Amino acid sequence: MDKIITRNLNLWYGDFQALKDVNACFPEQKITAIIGPSGCGKSTLLRVFNRMNDLIEGVRITGAVEAFGMNIIEPQVDLVTLRKKIGMVFQRPNPFPLSIYENIVFGPRVHHFRERDSLDEVVENSLKAVLLWDELKDKLKKLALGLSLEQKQRLCIARLIAVKPDILLMDEPCSALDPQATGRIEELMRELKNNYTIIIVTHNMQQAARVSDDTGFMLLGELVEFARTDDIFTRPKDKRTEDYITGRYG
Amino acid sequence: MQRHFDDELEDLRKDILKMAVLAQEAIFKSTEALKARDKIIAKELIDADDKIDELELLIDEKCIDLIARYQPMAKDLRLLTTGMKLNAELERIADLAVDIAQRVLELADKPLLKPLIDIPKLSTIAQDMVRDCIDAFVKKDIALAKKVVLSDSEADKLRNLVQDELINDYMIKDTKTVSRAVPLLLIARHLERICDHATNIAEDVVYMVEGKVVKHHLEELT
Repeated sequence: MDKIITRNLNLWYGDFQALKDVNACFPEQKITAIIGPSGCGKSTLLRVFNRMNDLIEGVRITGAVEAFGMNIIEPQVDLVTLRKKIGMVFQRPNPFPLSIYENIVFGPRVHHFRERDSLDEVVENSLKAVLLWDELKDKLKKLALGLSLEQKQRLCIARLIAVKPDILLMDEPCSALDPQATGRIEELMRELKNNYTIIIVTHNMQQAARVSDDTGFMLLGELVEFARTDDIFTRPKDKRTEDYITGRYG
Repeated sequence: MQRHFDDELEDLRKDILKMAVLAQEAIFKSTEALKARDKIIAKELIDADDKIDELELLIDEKCIDLIARYQPMAKDLRLLTTGMKLNAELERIADLAVDIAQRVLELADKPLLKPLIDIPKLSTIAQDMVRDCIDAFVKKDIALAKKVVLSDSEADKLRNLVQDELINDYMIKDTKTVSRAVPLLLIARHLERICDHATNIAEDVVYMVEGKVVKHHLEELT
């Protein structure tokens, strides 16, 4: 079953068309990678899903993005609820300047989760889901900004999990991390896909090949090819995809 | 955009071609040794096999090195995996030529059992198939690769013909011919196996060029 479907999706930043007739299906509880050269529209596409592009002046969108039984780019969609269901982590981990505990309960408080006990449970479950509980259970009052980059990124994912999302969007989540930390975050992603649908934008093709089930290749705003990851990386159908993944592009 | 990796792939192709030439020479020499009943040619062929074995190891190492260093994708990955398979098939072809040479040594001092007609024909088919499958690899020629695969049945028929004749017309009728008939039967078998290896190479070439698996799926070729 598909968790998100885009139909004839177009997006303009003023006069510049950043997405051109993008049609794609993102399967449930799988990891889908979006790859492509800089400026191809992959982060723009990701930001459509949680309506982050709304924050940019002069953006215009046509087409449809179907998720949760509705077109999520329609004006009447409740963005707070949408962003609860579709969470996002960024290239640079961005914990709030609060304690580890407060970082995680921030979202549940916004969404009116009640009871201190259940908030404690939320913190424990969220940190366990990102394999941080054992490391941090005795330091929950510690300032989150004092954590390592990898821990910060895990905390940001835990923060999303705390509000029980369906979909996790990851925009180059490992770019700021060293290879060992990257490997551990990739392992975490493989665990998380048992419960969440993950869409990752990455410029690291080997990462896309390692972690994803399906891959979409974008170029100049167009979704050139979308297929199972092993097919994309062993026998791509489109020459533009082949040129890119074999390093002959450019 | 030319990459350093492309230069290394080109060097690898040249090494595989070198291997192919040695394997083809080995088949040719083995048949010449048989026709001429020449023990010297047979022994030279056997001695030359070490060089082919060394080249096989070198090519394997290069392929693994390139995979480790460059993490190739798509057609580059298929070229390297196909290269490793071709390497193994060519080394087996050369080994089979050595086996033929061994049979020649067994036969050279014995009287000729019968004029050699079908075995040299089978050798020609084997040499043509090996030449064509390597040509297909170098030129990425799918049509030629398919031709090789489809011609394997001709080799099988000729092997069966030789086998039937040697068993029914010689070995059963006169058991004293067994010591000369069996090596000839084995030579026919070795040549037919060379054709099988050439077929494998051709199937791998189709995968290398198109990403399509035709091995064990002959219907995919049509």
